[in-house]
Formats: sequence, structure tokens, C-alpha cells
Amino acid sequence: MSDAASAHHPKDLAHHFESYEQQKQSSLLGMWAFLAQEVMFFSGLFVCYVVYRGMYPEAWALGSQELDWKLGALNTVVLLISSFTMVYAVVGAQRGNRKMIVWGLILTILFGGIFLGVKVVEYSGKWEHHLVPGPHFEWHGDPAAGKEVEMFFGLYFVMTGMHALHMVVGIGIMLVMIPLAWRGKWTKNNYNFVEGFGLYWHFVDLVWIFLFPFLYLLALAGGGGGH
Amino acid sequence: MAEHNHSLKPYVMVLFALFGLTALTVGVAYVDFGHPWSDVVALAIALVKASLVVAFFMHVKGSTSMVKISVASSIVGVLIFFMIILTDYMARGFS
Amino acid sequence: MSMPPSNMSPSAEAASSQAGTTRSGLAEAARPPREHYLNAGYGIKSWLLTTDHKRIGILYLLSVTFFFAIGGLYATAIRLELLTPQGDLFQPDTYNRVFTMHGVMMIFFFLIPSIPAVMGNFLLPLMIGAKDVAFPKLNLASWYMYMIGAGFTMWSLMHGGVDTGWTFYTPFSSTYSNTYTTATALGIFINGFSSIFTGVNFIVTIHRMRAPGLTWFRLPLFVWAHYATSLIQVLATPVLAITLVLLFLERAFRIGFFDPAIGGDPVLFQHLFWFYSHPAVYIMILPSLGVISEIIAAFTRKAIFGYKFVAFASIAIAVFGFLVWGHHMFVSGESAYSALVFSVLTMLIAVPSAVKVFNWMATIYRGSIEYSTPMFYALGFMGLFVIGGLTGLMLGTLGIDVHLHDTYFVVAHFHYIMVGGAVMGYMGALHFWWPKITGRLYSGFFSHLSALLVFLGFNLTFFPQFVLGYMGMPRRYHVYPEEFQVLHVLSTAGASILAVGYAIPLFYFLYSLKYGAYAGRNPWGAVGLEWQTTSPPPLHNFHEMPVVDFEAYEYKEAPVAERQPYRVVKYGL
Repeated sequence: MSDAASAHHPKDLAHHFESYEQQKQSSLLGMWAFLAQEVMFFSGLFVCYVVYRGMYPEAWALGSQELDWKLGALNTVVLLISSFTMVYAVVGAQRGNRKMIVWGLILTILFGGIFLGVKVVEYSGKWEHHLVPGPHFEWHGDPAAGKEVEMFFGLYFVMTGMHALHMVVGIGIMLVMIPLAWRGKWTKNNYNFVEGFGLYWHFVDLVWIFLFPFLYLLALAGGGGGH
Repeated sequence: MAEHNHSLKPYVMVLFALFGLTALTVGVAYVDFGHPWSDVVALAIALVKASLVVAFFMHVKGSTSMVKISVASSIVGVLIFFMIILTDYMARGFS
Repeated sequence: MSMPPSNMSPSAEAASSQAGTTRSGLAEAARPPREHYLNAGYGIKSWLLTTDHKRIGILYLLSVTFFFAIGGLYATAIRLELLTPQGDLFQPDTYNRVFTMHGVMMIFFFLIPSIPAVMGNFLLPLMIGAKDVAFPKLNLASWYMYMIGAGFTMWSLMHGGVDTGWTFYTPFSSTYSNTYTTATALGIFINGFSSIFTGVNFIVTIHRMRAPGLTWFRLPLFVWAHYATSLIQVLATPVLAITLVLLFLERAFRIGFFDPAIGGDPVLFQHLFWFYSHPAVYIMILPSLGVISEIIAAFTRKAIFGYKFVAFASIAIAVFGFLVWGHHMFVSGESAYSALVFSVLTMLIAVPSAVKVFNWMATIYRGSIEYSTPMFYALGFMGLFVIGGLTGLMLGTLGIDVHLHDTYFVVAHFHYIMVGGAVMGYMGALHFWWPKITGRLYSGFFSHLSALLVFLGFNLTFFPQFVLGYMGMPRRYHVYPEEFQVLHVLSTAGASILAVGYAIPLFYFLYSLKYGAYAGRNPWGAVGLEWQTTSPPPLHNFHEMPVVDFEAYEYKEAPVAERQPYRVVKYGL
């Protein structure tokens, strides 16, 4: 804490911090604690997934067959690229280059938007095929499995929906960040918000890395995936 | 403190590794390893991908031990959560 | 003198900050500090938009007190109904709503935020010598989340409430209940953010904001307890959130997450629910354990015996707390294997709790005990917590639980922990730090009286319930066989005494705000950074950044001859 109790407190150092390093490490630890919370949130869904897949493996394979793995794979690639563009923004912030921050954020919004667009295409397809759980749901395959396939789609929509919701929130935050970045809100000394937001965005990517194989790829090897 | 050489190159390499692993996970999905090995393989690949993202994109590699501990503690939390609930289901004789 | 010799300018402030363990706090009491956080700004905006942790603590204090009163009204209704064996006061379904709303209000809107969000918010930065918590805006957001969540729950309450029990067990809550389950669940979901925000804030604050020289093992045990609490808040609360989301989706769209009629497994709901709600018990009790350590050290004038053990016991309780949730499900259809494991693990968690109690007793031994009001609460806490804990062990034993599950024995057990433990700790904390929060002293006589009434009333209320439960009175019923009436009447009589005990502080605390004597920095002669600053503290807590070169609880033990063990200090009124 070298610059503790200095007479003038820099503008990009909040009043209750003594040094940039303390501020940066606080921000990082806070974000990681928040992400630990997010991990547990999604874990609850994955626990449900594992339990019910163990109970109804056939229905899970049937449900997975209705998902288009090509769209899922496309979205995986899109989301990975958006993670990279987010890294680009953070590196820009590290270099104190606000153009890099702004472009990084714009590209991240763009790829995030493509992901959500593909998601809309997928969701509307499910709606047309009566695969959205609820009164609208109809199952034309094995009638005995109907209720269980509906559970698969229930989990599919909650898991991907919660994931998409996190992306929508993220895009909203980035839209606010762009003008701030342009006006030079983040300095080389304090770009903690950009870095923290980057962590959030990568976490969203992480969730998808697990969602993709376990939702889309269950039924590719013959009747496989199940038990 | 963060290193002063803020290069993009390593991130590009990680990105392409992730592309490769995505292709791999689709590829192995076409192979029937039998239960439960198909899931094990898919999970293993996902874990490798996740570790790459966490270590490089999220800068855990080279960050303070405090950050590493908080990552580890959330992993432990998840493991406790899964293992205790799943042992109950196994003991109740599901599949 | 245990305080560090301060190397700052010898202003009047610094000079009196060395008051240390003497009672010179009372001597300087005639003069309140010129500037403090309460007069740093006036008007409604200076409160509703404040980022000062102390003011946010006050906001929480007011709102938590309000919801405690609402929960208390429901408790009153329950006890009145149970006065007679017949259902005179309520229809069965009304009674279901009454005990549900009592539980929801007390647990989610009083017990969970009570000590962390009120006392923790106010004290943590003071205790570690920081100007504020790490994220002041997040702190304010946490209060707003709490109020919005409470708003939804109050809305459902005013429209008749919920009848599922605070546990929201499926499929009743998701399929059959025709009360406002969704609004209440939404309220609790939003309230969860407030809990998570507080937890994140405290973890970072304790890690990153400590004053120079304040190492981990110099921290007050209150801080350790809050650290452990925060870990639980961050890791467990999101699981409740997702469980409530799934409950809502099942209720709204009939997706079979938990209802066996449409493919789900109700036991999974209980797993997910108790994964949060058992650790949540430790969110309620751990901060209390921290408070008791502070009070006992201050009023025996000794360092806590086995400091490191008590500190790590908090962490151990937080960790073990995640491993025992299945003891709520022994008769719910979980596997015999899991039940066995959970039963054994439940025995395990008694160890760190017992470590704390033994260490407090060792601290009191040969201490120079002062029977102040906070000490009354601390001593009461120890007795009640032991009874609550030991009956918890009984219930954690598989065979006994089958007999006692869902009886009044369980009700008595968790009230001994929640009210006898958590609320006693909260009251103790309020009495201990009230002079610091407001700068005023309260009535010694009335506060002692109310502490006694609380202790007596509490025992009279809940001890008969152990007997009732053991004899077979099930919980959540409002009609019962006549032979139980005597015990129920005793319990209701105790509840009225308890209510008086809780109401009295409201009067003398309010009275003290205007007429109480000025407290000075350190009316108790306690050690700890929070007592070195003025009361009420200035806006940024300390006029000079404190430097810590002393250990925790560095009380100078008075020689035996100088001790005045049975002295009740007269203060205020």
C-alpha cells in the first residue's frame, strides 16, 4: 500500500481503497466469488439433468434426436469467438487503448447476437413441432415416452434459457459499457469493470461448453448416449 | 501485477485449440463407446475445454493464489453437491 | 494498556482513543463527537441513496425489525389458536397459512439477514479498520433487493398468504396449493440476491480491506464467523434460487420436475431445497456464535480461550454444514445408505459447535465477569444453544428421528437454535454495540429486565414443546387431544412473557436516542478497533488509518484481588 493516505485521491481510485492494487484485487475476488455463486446456480440444473437422464435414458436420447447438433456446434463456435473478442477488449484495456475496448465490445455483442439469433431459430422450430413443454406440447413418437420427453425439453429450455438470459443481461451491460469506454472511463490503472465483465462473459461460454455435448450429442451414435 | 506484454497471440492459439476440441467432441459422439464411456469421453473433453477457458481467457493461470482458491472452492462445492445427491440415487437403485 | 501507542498527532481524538481497557469512555461521555455518520447528511435521499455501510446497516435494522414484528404477530396467532384443543380461531387452511407465513417471514426476512446485514454491515469495516465494505454500491443494492423481495412476499401475505409450509414441499406447492406460492417464491428468489451480495461483499472486504498489521489471527472472532457465513451465503443461496425457478416452472407449465404424477421426483426437490436450507441454519447461527465470542471476551476481560480453535470451528461448521442436509429427509424416501451417512455426518458437526461452547466456558473460568445486559444474553445463549444442539443430535440419530420426525420435538429443537441461539445473539449484539451505533447508553434496569423475561419466557414457551413432541403431538396441526392442553397453555403463557421481553427494548432503545447519556468511545472498556473510534463513528470510520500491532482480545487480566466479579454497572437511566 505504497500510496496510502496520500493527500489527493485519484479520480479512478474509489475513496475507500488505499491503492490501485487493492482496488483491482478486490474487484477480481468479488467477481470470482460471484461466479462461484453462478456455478452453483447452474449446478442445480445439471443435477436435475443427471438424475432424470439416469431415470429416463431412452427419453433423453429421443429428445436429443430432435435437436440439430449442427446449430449447436455453430453456436459453440460463435460463442468461442465472442469469448475471444471479449479477450481482445480486455487486452485493449490493459494497453489503455480505448478503441480496442470499444471494438472488442462491439464484436462481442455482434457474436452474442448471432448466438441468440440461432437460438431464436431453434426455439421457434421447437414451437412449430410442438416440442415446447406445457399445454402446447405434443409427442408423435412412442406415446409411453411422451411425458418423459417433455421433461427433457423442460430441462432443455430451462438450461439454455437461463444461459441465454445471462447472455441478454451481458449484452445489455456491454451496450452501456461502449459509450463509457469511448469517453475514457477506464484507465490503465483501473479497468477492473472491463476485466470483471470479461470473466462473466467467459463464464457464460463455460456453461455452453457443457450444455452442448450433453444436450445435442446424445443420440448421434446409433441409439447411443443412453444406457 | 499483470505482465507488461499484453499480446493476443496466446489467446488466438487457445481459440483454435477450442475449435479443435469442439470438432473432436462432435466426432467422438458418432462413436459408441458404450455406457457409461460415451459420457465419460464427452465430459472429459468438456472439462479440457473449460480448463482452457478458465486458465487462459479468465487469466487464472498467473493470477493470485486467492483467485485460484476461489476457483477450487467452487469446484469442491459442485463435487459435494453432485456426489452426495447421486450416491443417494444410486443407493435407491436407479439404473 | 493494550491499545497501540498511536503515532498520530496528539489531537484530542487520538488522546482519548487510547482509553483502552479503562472506563474513561464514561468520563468523556458528556460530549458527543462533532461530526459523525448520522449528521453527515440529512433528508430522505441521504439515507435511501447512501453507500455508507453504517447507514445501510441502520436501514436493515429498521426493516428487519419490522419483519420480525410481522413474524411475531403470526407466532402470536399460532400460540393463541393452540391454547385450546379445538380449532376455535382458524379454519384448518387458514392455520396452514399462518404457520407458513410465520416461518417465511422469520427465516427469510428476519433470521437470515438479521446479524450479517445489520450488525455485520455496521461492524465489519469498523472491526478491520476499513473505510467501507469493498463494494458500497452493491451493499446498497443488497438492501433494495431485500426490500423488493419482501415487497412481493408482503403482497402475497396481504392476499391471504401461502399454505405450503416454509419448505414449499412438492408436489403440494407445485400442483395442489391454490395460494400465492409463486409470488412468495419470487420474493424469496429476489431476497436471495440480497444475501449473495452481502456474502460476496464480506468475503472481499475481509480479504482485501484489513488495516495494516491486522493479520488473520488478529481478527475478532466476529469477523471469522462472518467469513464462514458469507461462504455459505455465496455457495448455497443460488441452489435455492434455481430450485424455486424449477418449482415455478412446474407450477406454471406443468413440466414434471418434481411432481411424480408427471415424471418428477419429489425427493429431488427436498435434496435441492435442503442443500440450501440446512446450510442456511448456519447462516443464522454462525454470526451469533461470533457475537457471543466478542461479548464473553469483553465481560470476562479475558482473551478467548483457544482463539484458533474457535476461529477454525466457524470454518468447520460452514464446511460440514454442506454435508448433513439429508437428516431432514430420513423419512422422506431417501436411501437407507444415505440416511446412515447423513446421520454420521450430523454427529460430526456437533464437534466444532461443542468446541466453541467449551472454549467460552474456559474463557469465563476465573474471568472477571461483569453481568451487563449483553452478558446476560450471552450466558442465556450458551445454555439454550447447548439444549438446542443436543436435541439436534437426538434428531440426527436415525431411530429416534423416525419417532420424533414432524413432531413438536422438532419445533422445540429448532426454536432453541433459532430463537434461543440466533435471536439471543442478535439481541446481545444490539445491546453490546448500541452505544457504538447511536452514541447513547440505554437503561440498565429495563434492559436487564427484558433479557431475563426473554430467557424465562423463551424456556416456558419451548421447553413444554419438547415434552409435547415426545408424547406425539405432531407439528402443523391446530386441533389436538385434550391431554396435551396443559403443556400448550404453558407454552402460550411463555410466549406472552417472551413477547413482553421483546417489546421492552423497543421502548428503552427509542428512549435512549433522545434521553440516553452519551456513551463515549468505549463504554464497556472493550478492545477492538471499533471501540477506538468515536461513537457514533465518523463518516469514514476513522480519522486516521488505524495500524494494528496488538493481538485479538488483548485484555489485561486484572489481578484476582482487584476483581469485582458480581458487579452490575449502573449506566444510563
